[in-house]
Amino acid sequence: MSEKISGIAASAGIAIAKAFVLQNPELTIEKKSIEDSSQEIERFQSALEKSKEELTVIKDKANEELGEDKAAIFAAHLLVLSDPELVDAVKQKIKSEKVNAESAMNDVSSMFIDMFEQMDNEYMKERAADIRDVSKRVLAHLLDVQFATPASISEEVVILAEDLTPSDTAQLNRKFVKGFATDIGGRTSHSAIMSRSMEIPAVVGTKTITEKVENGVMIIIDGLDGQVIVDPTQDEIATYQEKKKQYQQQKEEWAKLVNEKTLSSDNVQVELAANIGTPADVKGVLENGAEGVGLYRTEFLYMGRDQLPTEEEQYKAYKEVLEKMEGKPVVIRTLDIGGDKELPYLNLPKELNPFLGFRAIRLCLEEQDIFRTQLRALLRASTFGNLKIMFPMIATLEEFRSAKGILIEEKEKLVKEGTEVSENIEVGIMVEIPSTAVMADTFAKEVDFFSIGTNDLIQYTMAADRMNEQVSYLYQPYSPAILRLVKMVIDAAHKEGKWTGMCGEMAGDPIAIPILLGLGLDEFSMSATSVLPARSQIRGLSKEKISAHIDEILQMDTMKDVVEFVEKNFK
Amino acid sequence: MAEKIFKVTSESGIHARPATTLVNQAGQFSSDITLDYNGKSVNLKSIMGVMSLGIQSGAEITIKAEGSDADEAIAALEDVMKKEGLGE
Repeated sequence: MSEKISGIAASAGIAIAKAFVLQNPELTIEKKSIEDSSQEIERFQSALEKSKEELTVIKDKANEELGEDKAAIFAAHLLVLSDPELVDAVKQKIKSEKVNAESAMNDVSSMFIDMFEQMDNEYMKERAADIRDVSKRVLAHLLDVQFATPASISEEVVILAEDLTPSDTAQLNRKFVKGFATDIGGRTSHSAIMSRSMEIPAVVGTKTITEKVENGVMIIIDGLDGQVIVDPTQDEIATYQEKKKQYQQQKEEWAKLVNEKTLSSDNVQVELAANIGTPADVKGVLENGAEGVGLYRTEFLYMGRDQLPTEEEQYKAYKEVLEKMEGKPVVIRTLDIGGDKELPYLNLPKELNPFLGFRAIRLCLEEQDIFRTQLRALLRASTFGNLKIMFPMIATLEEFRSAKGILIEEKEKLVKEGTEVSENIEVGIMVEIPSTAVMADTFAKEVDFFSIGTNDLIQYTMAADRMNEQVSYLYQPYSPAILRLVKMVIDAAHKEGKWTGMCGEMAGDPIAIPILLGLGLDEFSMSATSVLPARSQIRGLSKEKISAHIDEILQMDTMKDVVEFVEKNFK
Repeated sequence: MAEKIFKVTSESGIHARPATTLVNQAGQFSSDITLDYNGKSVNLKSIMGVMSLGIQSGAEITIKAEGSDADEAIAALEDVMKKEGLGE
């Protein structure tokens, strides 16, 4: 019997494949006495060898797909497997105590893990997780249980996991991973955003999927309606294959709009841009007909590594994006770290309210070395395309002035050194803190543009943590409160002859698009895969007609009223 | 026996990646190689040993090698220290 599990549709499309449950098995280690210690040592040795083989495959794959940088961690893992302090200690224990390899390995590795965990340094504490990872792999071989390694997947599967961390997703092979479903998360959680940038169907927040499904069971992931079908019947498979085909056909229709401008039915032009995380994402941006990059999240350059990226590394990445976009606008956001995005090597103290704490521009203005290095890299790259620099999490005008001041200082230094820097770099801010939206008229006199970051603007306006499912009902993008703030920002920009974009998830949302068009938003930046559906939708909308209803919408009582009105009148 | 003292100049000390390169290089030699720092001495062929020292920028470390290829080992490790921008 098949079973339907509902979740949140995170990335469109249908995937039908076998389940790969990404969950590391519980390892039960029993201490046993053994007779033949040399045979036991041999068993240990063979588990080490098998683990090395696996890790070498993972390392090579990571090297190929993610670059040497991300693969480096697996080289370190490999060294742990041949670490004489570990290997000799385990062999010694087997020999002298006549215990089984599992318990000897477990005792020795636990000692190392404890040692690292007790170190007074976040970075070193994290290394305990590396050692745990490696030892678990060896123990799994000794116990003959399968150890989940997403990078080793070599057949078509859908991944089921409690949640996917950035390092999990870094290992996923796009060729074989057809889709995924997770227990937790919402439309804006890391795994959801990743699924859209990887362009694979995904359903998140199913609550129970990993509990209910075992490895190898057939799964249908319906990323259009947020459904997961476990062990489908032949009829269901046929139905979904049909649905998949129809979706493909619709995608082909959309594909015809790749080179078209984005015009409403009454000929008002807007810009549809895409959000990216790495230079590799530019390919998807161009294939999906985006007219620019509305948000380049530079923090990925800083993540999944053990030290800060150099100016040269950053310069290369920015230059690559600017060149590939061939003069189309590229909005690059300076480092937005903190909140849910941590960098272990910065050793930042744990905070009770990280989203309200030391993050983004607040951190950059304090740790100026980090900020200046990034700005220099950006300025040097500026001559290769149409660069716009954006500061995140601006709460006051003073913050913007300080950040811009530092930018100007670095620019002057570069010019003095004889480095060429573009003269036409627009400098703008993210509007994600309500204080900034309220003061937009003042900001508009000094910034070149606004980009509204809705994910944070909504959580700060509603005072509701977007990671907390119990308050997820407060994540209300179409709430009149949010819409009024958006209107304030757009109107303030237009009054000063500036433009306003939006780079949160809301910009690609079919319910929000008509309202945003009516409010006069100039640039919509979204996941690359949302660009063509959005263009197709906007071609059917009349801006004039919607604008005539905007005041009425802003006066509505609840989000529900807004949604009903939009669905009835503008769909 | 051969030995050499280095001052760690890389901003983030000896982190996982440069440690990997050092340990890999040390593993190429038959000599016993140790790394001394802050009164502790560890086997330079042990990644966990090296990492456990938590060597920060500015630290003074001593690398010692004892065995038939001790001199070559020290020369090669000095090379790694320089190439990886670890220290001098």
